[in-house]
Amino acid sequence: MTRKPILFRLMAPHIAPAVLALVAAAALVPIANLVFPADHPLHVPTGTVVLLGKWLTYALLAVALDLVWGYCGILSLGHGAFFALGGYAMGMHLMREIGPRGVYGHPVLPDFMVFLSFEELPIAWWGFDVFAWAAFMALFVPGLLAFVFGWLAFRSRVTGVYLSIITQAGTYALMLAFFRNELGFGGNNGLTDFKDVLGFSLQADGTRAALFALSALALAGGLLLAQAIVTSKLGLVLVAIRDAEARTRFLGYRVERFKLFVFTLSAMMAGLAGALYVPQVGIINPSEFSPANSIEAVVWVAVGGRGTLSGAALGAVLVNWAKSFLTGAYPEAWLFVLGFLFVAVTLFLPKGILGALRSVRLGRRARAAQATSAQPAEVRG
Amino acid sequence: MAHHARTPIRLARLVLLALTLVLAPATLTAPTPAAAQAAQEEVATILAGFTRGQFPATLAAIDALAASGHPHAAEILTALSDRRLVVEAAGRRVLWKDAGGAYYDALTGAPVAAPGATTDVRVSNAVRRAVQTAMASLTLRAPSPATRIEAAAAILRARDLSQRDALAAARAEETDPNVQRAFDDTLAGLAIADTGAAEADRLAAIARLAERGDASARALLLGLPADAPEALREAASAAIAAIDRRLAMQAHVQNIFFGLSLGSVLLLAAIGLAITFGVMGVINMAHGEMVMIGAYATFVVQELMRTFAPGLLDLSLLVALPLAFLSAGLVGVALERLVIRHLYGRPLETLLATWGVSLILQQAVRSLFGPTNREVMNPSFMSGSLELFGIALTWSRVWIIVFALAVFLALLVAMKATSFGLRMRAVVQNRRMAASMGIRTPWIDALTFGLGSGIAGVAGVALSQIDNVSPNLGQSYIIDSFLVVVFGGVGSLWGAFVAALSLGVANKLVEPLAGAVLAKIVILVAVILFIQKRPRGLFALEGRAVES
Repeated sequence: MTRKPILFRLMAPHIAPAVLALVAAAALVPIANLVFPADHPLHVPTGTVVLLGKWLTYALLAVALDLVWGYCGILSLGHGAFFALGGYAMGMHLMREIGPRGVYGHPVLPDFMVFLSFEELPIAWWGFDVFAWAAFMALFVPGLLAFVFGWLAFRSRVTGVYLSIITQAGTYALMLAFFRNELGFGGNNGLTDFKDVLGFSLQADGTRAALFALSALALAGGLLLAQAIVTSKLGLVLVAIRDAEARTRFLGYRVERFKLFVFTLSAMMAGLAGALYVPQVGIINPSEFSPANSIEAVVWVAVGGRGTLSGAALGAVLVNWAKSFLTGAYPEAWLFVLGFLFVAVTLFLPKGILGALRSVRLGRRARAAQATSAQPAEVRG
Repeated sequence: MAHHARTPIRLARLVLLALTLVLAPATLTAPTPAAAQAAQEEVATILAGFTRGQFPATLAAIDALAASGHPHAAEILTALSDRRLVVEAAGRRVLWKDAGGAYYDALTGAPVAAPGATTDVRVSNAVRRAVQTAMASLTLRAPSPATRIEAAAAILRARDLSQRDALAAARAEETDPNVQRAFDDTLAGLAIADTGAAEADRLAAIARLAERGDASARALLLGLPADAPEALREAASAAIAAIDRRLAMQAHVQNIFFGLSLGSVLLLAAIGLAITFGVMGVINMAHGEMVMIGAYATFVVQELMRTFAPGLLDLSLLVALPLAFLSAGLVGVALERLVIRHLYGRPLETLLATWGVSLILQQAVRSLFGPTNREVMNPSFMSGSLELFGIALTWSRVWIIVFALAVFLALLVAMKATSFGLRMRAVVQNRRMAASMGIRTPWIDALTFGLGSGIAGVAGVALSQIDNVSPNLGQSYIIDSFLVVVFGGVGSLWGAFVAALSLGVANKLVEPLAGAVLAKIVILVAVILFIQKRPRGLFALEGRAVES
């Protein structure tokens, strides 16, 4: 089979429109927010911009998760940890940027450290006054954690549900650790009360619109990168690992290296998403590490369509839209709906919304082909 | 203190004390008129001491009154030191005034409506000190054992050697063994601190405390004055070292016990999972909610019994056990039939679907019972604690250990010695072969899942005793449960057993070194690393079946 050129591969029918829409949104939504007056029908209120921006960072997390779960069969129940670590890295920079404007007015130490009577900045905070260092750490720390964790796990062939359970235990352990004041990351309350980023006030409409645009572009970039990977030769190996890991290994591929690469990359994408998330919501605390958050992210992917990339992003936005609507209108109903979504999607929509649509479009032949290849990864004897 | 100067008074006190010794039981049970009369006269004589207007007489009266066992002695003495004790000018009656200004007869305690002219009994600092001391020795004979123990402790804290005789006297009368021990401690502590005592006596006291060997004995030994003779100090430091060793040992044993009890909790939470996940291979994220259902079943049973059979409330746990098993088991069978059945062979999808079910169950319970904690009371046989070699083992923990073992054994028997267990194992080992032998495999699947869930429900009954019964109850156990099963080796009941107990003990042994949260983190990380080393757990199944 001759492989198509990269540009052609990136223009796949489910990726190109999504990317174009995101780029358009990155340009148009800020204009609609900033240029049109508040009573204009095309005006987008700042609250909506912030909400959309937040969902886009969730979508990026979903794409990262889809990359490992949808294409490599690694169901990580701890991706929220990478997201949160990226968020903490950005949060630490924003804390440093408050400078002497904190409640206690200490020139260097953030408020919570003064409160907990820290004498000096812990070593982990070194360099976080520089934005570039924080941005680097937002990618590096999740990547390093994923690398070490993956190196240990994949090498000893921890797979399937075992891997899921230890990723979950891992994020749980991190949550417990970050709850401790002694760790020096704000304990229970996390990091908050941010003032500005790179000199721009976080409360200003312009900054918020810019953060939205950045999130949209980051998601577009994440989609393109992921698509480039999954359509490359490397991506084919990943799918082969997903569908028959032992067989791929017997064919001579170093399975653990492929997994390690994609897992680390995915963690870095999640870290980027977290770094974009924190300035928009204005807080990061240990509950972001809670295992429930990571599992919820898995549901976004499952709803949108596992192994479709743009479907994962769509799922994240749809589920979060439903969540913010329902928690406002019927707070009791949200967990029922979310729980029902989990069950219904796995039972009736195993390929998610996008997957189902695609199956319909591809017609009977494709469906017949799918029936033989669907879910062969974990067939039980 | 001017104690030794008043030897005759001491003698008089001793006589009085001896009198009280003889009289006290009689006055307590059924005072004969004659005895009561004698006691009255004696108190009247003592009270007369307050009417003289001379300090020595007052001081003597204080001591005598304290020793007399007069029922109003405490009130009179307090009134005296607060300048509320007065003498009626006419008739020389001694009265005390309460805070509200009402008068009472010191002899009988009867209210006195309108006393004539009165004069205050004069008070000096010496009188106040004497009252203080007398009050302490009074409380040594207080009716409540706790008050008596506290009085002895107060004397010890003050190293008040002047109380030694009163204490020794009280000790001679004391019948309550706990109070006796407290008095002995204080006497020993005083003996050690008494620089005037003979060295042999002090050595004997040290030896006594060394024998006691608990934390309070250690504190007493530390109370040895620094200028004590060499031999004493050596004996004391040797005794302290011995006590330290013993205390460390006890702390160790106690930690292991706590660990076993934590391990039993883990075992209870995980043992059902060892069936559904371990044996059937179903990742049931709603397992914790089965535990929660069991806990709420306990709560409902308790409330029903409180309404309809309050006398049998202590038995509500026993009634709750089968009901919790049934309710959680039925939910489990329904879950298997409605959802999990369609997802066999797709563990990751099962994980997601059952997580969804867990959210639904949580919210359902939250809507039904409210989001707050529900209180399930401890039956009487589970409150209090068991004292063993100086280690306090709370009954609830002891029972949890016993209960976890019982559940584990029952499950082993069900698996190995019943026909259902046989079928179950047959289906697990070779589904198609079992089916062709006539075993209804779907039926067995549902029942197995029901069994695992039912056991989770039974665990809920036990956990309701030590944890908050809230909709989030299950959430807090799910991660630990999976770790136990994975750590022990999927498919192995004994693996789960060993894993649960060793994780529990390890956790409690790390805790004193690192604190509770850090200990948990350390254990989590240790298990994660262990799984890297042995991906199939402690008791791994061997062979080809594992890989598929």
